Amino acid sequence: MKVGALKEIKPGEARVALTPDSAQQIGKLGHDCFIEAGAGVAAGFSDELYAAAGVTVLPDAQALIEAVDTLIKVREPEMEEVNRLREGQTLISFFWPAQNAEMLEAAKARGATVIAMDMVPRISRAQKMDALSSMANIAGYRAVIEAGNNFGRFFTGQVTAAGKIPPARVLVVGAGVAGLAAIGTSVSLGAITMAFDVRPEVAEQIESMGAEFVFLEFEEAQDGSETGGYAAPSSPEFREKQLEKFRELAPDVDIVITTALIPGRPAPKLWTEDMVRMMKPGSVIVDLAAEKGGNCDLTVPDERLVTENGVIIIGYTDFPSRMAAQSSTLYATNIRHMLHDLTPNKDGVVNHNMEDDVIRGATVTHAGEITFPPPPPKVKAIAAKPKEKVKELTAAEKRAQEIAAFRTQTRNQVALLAAGGAFVLAVGLVAPEAFMRNFIIFVLAVFVGFQVIWKVSHSLHTPLMAVTNAISSIIIVGALLQIGSTSVLITLMAALGLLMAAVNIFGGFMVTRRMLAMFQKS
Amino acid sequence: MDFGFTIAAYAVATVLFVLSLGGLSGQESAKRAIWYGIAGMAIAVLATMVGPGSGLWGLTLVLIAIGAVVGWQLATRVQMTQMPELVAFMHSLVGLAAVLVGFNAHLEIDRVAAAFASADLPFPQPAGLMSVPAYELWLSLTNFAAIIGKKTAVEITILRIELMIGIWIGAVTFTGSIIAYGKLAGRVDTAARKLPGGHMLNAGAAALSVLFAALYLVFADNQIVAILSLLVLTALALFIGYHLIMGIGGADMPVVVSMLNSYSGWAAAAIGFSLGNELLIVVGALVGSSGAILSYIMCKAMNRSFVSVILGGFGGTSGPQMEVEGEQVAIDAGGVAATLNEADSVIIVPGYGMAVAQAQQSVSELTRKLRAKGKNVRFAIHPVAGRLPGHMNVLLAEAKVPYDIVLEMDEINDDFPSTDVVIVIGSNDIVNPAAQDDPNSPIAGMPVLEVWKAKQVFVSKRGQGTGYSGIENPLFYKENTRMFYGDAKASVDSLLPMID
Repeated sequence: MKVGALKEIKPGEARVALTPDSAQQIGKLGHDCFIEAGAGVAAGFSDELYAAAGVTVLPDAQALIEAVDTLIKVREPEMEEVNRLREGQTLISFFWPAQNAEMLEAAKARGATVIAMDMVPRISRAQKMDALSSMANIAGYRAVIEAGNNFGRFFTGQVTAAGKIPPARVLVVGAGVAGLAAIGTSVSLGAITMAFDVRPEVAEQIESMGAEFVFLEFEEAQDGSETGGYAAPSSPEFREKQLEKFRELAPDVDIVITTALIPGRPAPKLWTEDMVRMMKPGSVIVDLAAEKGGNCDLTVPDERLVTENGVIIIGYTDFPSRMAAQSSTLYATNIRHMLHDLTPNKDGVVNHNMEDDVIRGATVTHAGEITFPPPPPKVKAIAAKPKEKVKELTAAEKRAQEIAAFRTQTRNQVALLAAGGAFVLAVGLVAPEAFMRNFIIFVLAVFVGFQVIWKVSHSLHTPLMAVTNAISSIIIVGALLQIGSTSVLITLMAALGLLMAAVNIFGGFMVTRRMLAMFQKS
Repeated sequence: MDFGFTIAAYAVATVLFVLSLGGLSGQESAKRAIWYGIAGMAIAVLATMVGPGSGLWGLTLVLIAIGAVVGWQLATRVQMTQMPELVAFMHSLVGLAAVLVGFNAHLEIDRVAAAFASADLPFPQPAGLMSVPAYELWLSLTNFAAIIGKKTAVEITILRIELMIGIWIGAVTFTGSIIAYGKLAGRVDTAARKLPGGHMLNAGAAALSVLFAALYLVFADNQIVAILSLLVLTALALFIGYHLIMGIGGADMPVVVSMLNSYSGWAAAAIGFSLGNELLIVVGALVGSSGAILSYIMCKAMNRSFVSVILGGFGGTSGPQMEVEGEQVAIDAGGVAATLNEADSVIIVPGYGMAVAQAQQSVSELTRKLRAKGKNVRFAIHPVAGRLPGHMNVLLAEAKVPYDIVLEMDEINDDFPSTDVVIVIGSNDIVNPAAQDDPNSPIAGMPVLEVWKAKQVFVSKRGQGTGYSGIENPLFYKENTRMFYGDAKASVDSLLPMID
């Protein structure tokens, strides 16, 4: 099949859906790749690079759309692009079907199949094609870099000859993919990082990234994970509590990065005007939710503005595009994985399997019908169970436990000794003295054996077996005692036993020596 | 001949044997300890030959020489991957030798009895002092016969019990080891096989053994009945050894081999009792307890009781196993190599699959290359990895992997969260998170290597599907796991040129 990447027509969009690397991988699935001339230039991929990777470069969009069966692009298509689709053609891109009902109708009318990358269900299996996550990851990183660019101080604290520099204090609101990426970047730049999320179970993730979880005392904390990894709208009381906490933090923080989104709704207002006023001059707010209205009251989408009290508010909506090389690489990989799932046999034949949860979920028009919204996936993302708190033991309790453990140990040992002793005594009552002499030797030998063998290193268990094997050929002594017998039969059998034991002695010791010689220290 | 000298020599040999086992606590001291063992054995054999075992020296020396040549050949030719087979095979020799020596003891008793009977003297000796003619006859007896000749009735009965136990354990060890050898060498089906009747058959055979043992004691004076009972007893023991090991699957072999190791020791000890030889008793007990401890360690590493391993198969589950969701994501050599090039710390978890594919040399080469780049490469060894306790350590040592980077489970399990890449080569159950997460899993509670806590896990495996135990492994479906399908050796070899 022929797969072609369109040049993005939206001004300022630098990303591209196909990279030379991904083209080679797609080629392995049996597809031929095409690209519109100049599509990758803004992301740093020249037409020559594509040609070298075996991609056919076509002069314009018209030629490309006519030539290929599957179109791939990044941004949702413009109407003019949708209207050029032909029946049976497939388009893979972001689509936002809930917001673009008109375009959905148009695509249906053209009879084209549309796979919306933003509709890929959030289940483990589909993570490799989750373009929203890969873009959010970049946005989170870029948000910190952008903040640093606008922030007049160091992130990391330093003590220099010229004086002490305090570390920057960063607050990240919303610990989704973007939030966690922002936390990671900020922590690695050396800032003191705090993070807030309405889902208490992400506290562990936040802490694992090296940030401090802003803890909110609230009773009905609900589990946000069940809604597919997004937070659900919260109750007014909860919101009040939350804002109160933010007001408390606002005067202290230097950088605020907000990433809170609720699916299908405008972004919640979490950073109010009065909080902005409380902040120190020179502080930076990066609002990653700007496209959906912003988490901050004062955010203006696509603008960088400075408030009266000198707080910089950044409302850019094109963070991924600002890192076009990186985001194109990741997006192209997501697209490649989607194509991989669409061509299960790697023979270049697309099998649009509507039974497959992932493909079904992402397909918004197919075979002349609108297939949005999809039915709930068969496999649901399972929310992490809240961790049960392990109770910290007090020193006294620990001590009591130790004593109890010691007591049981003593009891077991004494019981074992008593039973063993009683058994030996019982045997002694009936058995003759000659036997008992041997028996005592036996018991002592077993005891010594236990003491010695416990100390053997685990890595030497094979040599131990080989050497005990050699030593157990001590049975040769038995054969030696009997071989001198006057009976031919006994001599014969003893000779046979002696031979086998001899094989064992030499074989066992030799092989142990061979093994031990191999153990070398580095 | 002065037997006091022999006893003294035995004492020296015993000390040497204990030292040689104790020396195995460390790799360096082990290299010295092996010579203690060899010296102990030499002293024991020489002391016996000049002492109570005198006679037929020529034949003895020739036989030892033949044994030396055969043993030498075996030891130098064996591949390190075949070590489990060799060990199992050698156990069978000890078992058979014990049976032969046991039978000899029985025949000797008969001969001594006949000698006394033909001189019209009572045998066994009545309590109290020996009569003069009896003493004179006793003086004419040599070697082992001399020991028997002065025994009283009770002592003779005990002697008979001891030799029966020796023969019985020896016979079980013999067939058991042969079957274990066959399974390990792939000549016998490695799956657990039982004859109809299963363990009842074993129990029945054991009950019959007791019956024939009683028969043997009661009709001890009737030579025909006695020898027949002894033969039937041996046959029953041979059957038990065969059937017991046939019923145990391939993955439980570490327990089986160490158990047989233990048995061969107990057989030697039992024979020592019947021959009245302290050295045999001591050494047999040492070997027996060593094998018993190894079995215990292996069982503990699988969180299973010894009995359940012997009874074969995995224990019953208490409910449905957790559903595994997600898919196994494959990766090619390029992807693995790229990740390895960027990683700082790598842990390799080898399993039986590595031994089967003979991949240890390639793994060693990979380790060498990664270490040359300054990466921290270590190996994590689960106690039951492979088919023999310590099997993986020996294979890696053979491939010249330094032993100080080969760590056991307890030493390394806490390091996985701070590790960049884990490569699992041919192991399955020992890295199965279901053992911790799923109380209904058949391996629930088994200590496992927590590889999934690392940032990235690569699993080298021949194909999809469950391992020997048939247990689904959720590790393969984890988000940070990538499946690197293919033969372990070919897979690792394909990585080598890409590590730079």
